[in-house]
Amino acid sequence: MGLGSPDDAVVYRMENGILLVATADFFAPVVDDAYTYGAIAAANSISDVYAMGGTPFLALNLAVIPSDMPSEIAAEIFRGGMEKAREAGVIVAGGHTMDDKEPKYGLAVIGTVAPGRLLLKGGARPGERLVLTKPLGSGVITTAYRAGQASPEALAQAVPWMLWLNRDAIRAVHATSARGATDVTGFGFLGHAVEMALAAGVRFRVWADRVPVLEAARPLAALWLFPGGTAANEMYFRQWVTFDPSIPEEVQMLLYDAQTNGGILAAIPAAEMGRFAEACRALDQPFWEVGEVREGEPGIEVIAQ
Amino acid sequence: MAKIVDARGLSCPQPVILTRQAMGEGQFPIEVLVDTVTSRENVRRAAERAGLKVQVEAVGDEFKLTLMR
Repeated sequence: MGLGSPDDAVVYRMENGILLVATADFFAPVVDDAYTYGAIAAANSISDVYAMGGTPFLALNLAVIPSDMPSEIAAEIFRGGMEKAREAGVIVAGGHTMDDKEPKYGLAVIGTVAPGRLLLKGGARPGERLVLTKPLGSGVITTAYRAGQASPEALAQAVPWMLWLNRDAIRAVHATSARGATDVTGFGFLGHAVEMALAAGVRFRVWADRVPVLEAARPLAALWLFPGGTAANEMYFRQWVTFDPSIPEEVQMLLYDAQTNGGILAAIPAAEMGRFAEACRALDQPFWEVGEVREGEPGIEVIAQ
Repeated sequence: MAKIVDARGLSCPQPVILTRQAMGEGQFPIEVLVDTVTSRENVRRAAERAGLKVQVEAVGDEFKLTLMR
């Protein structure tokens, strides 16, 4: 893709024409349970291959394990990652572990993209509909939980979504002729939406009331228990975003909330929305139609409804 | 005498949590010390949402927020 147009993974065209995509990600624990943490980190790493329209097949572990961590705990992290990778059809072979104070885990992942199936941040075209395949709120929930401000029940709302592979969401996107997609992670829904809008030179209109948010995230947002990353997203990306002033500030902020293994944000041709919805139903993959792609000043306008 | 919350070196949402605890004690003004712009923004907006007036002052690389009713 060249370095001038940032995307979710590196793409390398091999001599036989097949596109190879490669990506790596790792992060500190977002949940207490070692196995679940490993699985979430693996799903998150693999997601970048899906976001490019690819099929992942091989991965290497990237891990930082403190020397005083019980070996059973470390083994559970790796087992979680390995089993999630297997669910995705990915073989984990080796990798590298180093010793430091705070644990970190993730994968370097390699996949392939079939000719004509590459999905780019800059692929959205005016007239398309914007779909999102997971609710927002994992950032504020996991951060508030770690700070002792959210209940285990609140965390339990976010965990299944963080564990959910973006594989089927991309299968549904591939049932259409869509070319624009990304996954919603650290920059939050609006940060990644801005990247797509700028890369495509288009304007997104987003309906705030249709963007899905985990119920447990709303009271935590009202207490402003956002992670630093969410605040940083808002400070940086707001230059391209306008809000209807009737949208409450904490709802605006939830749209910037940094996500862990968030959903796929894709631009689907309007005439193919039926096909997309049908593919999602067949795969038991939820989705929400959250906006539309328009011509105009590149950026995002968020309207109330 | 202002109540002082020293949230330097803490990452979000700890500065907001400590500020809320101080707000709950009802003694104003409250001075909150933070050392990142993200903490400054989170504390400022949390306090403004609670209906307080906020003054922000840069102190070297750090920030002092004064919260008043």
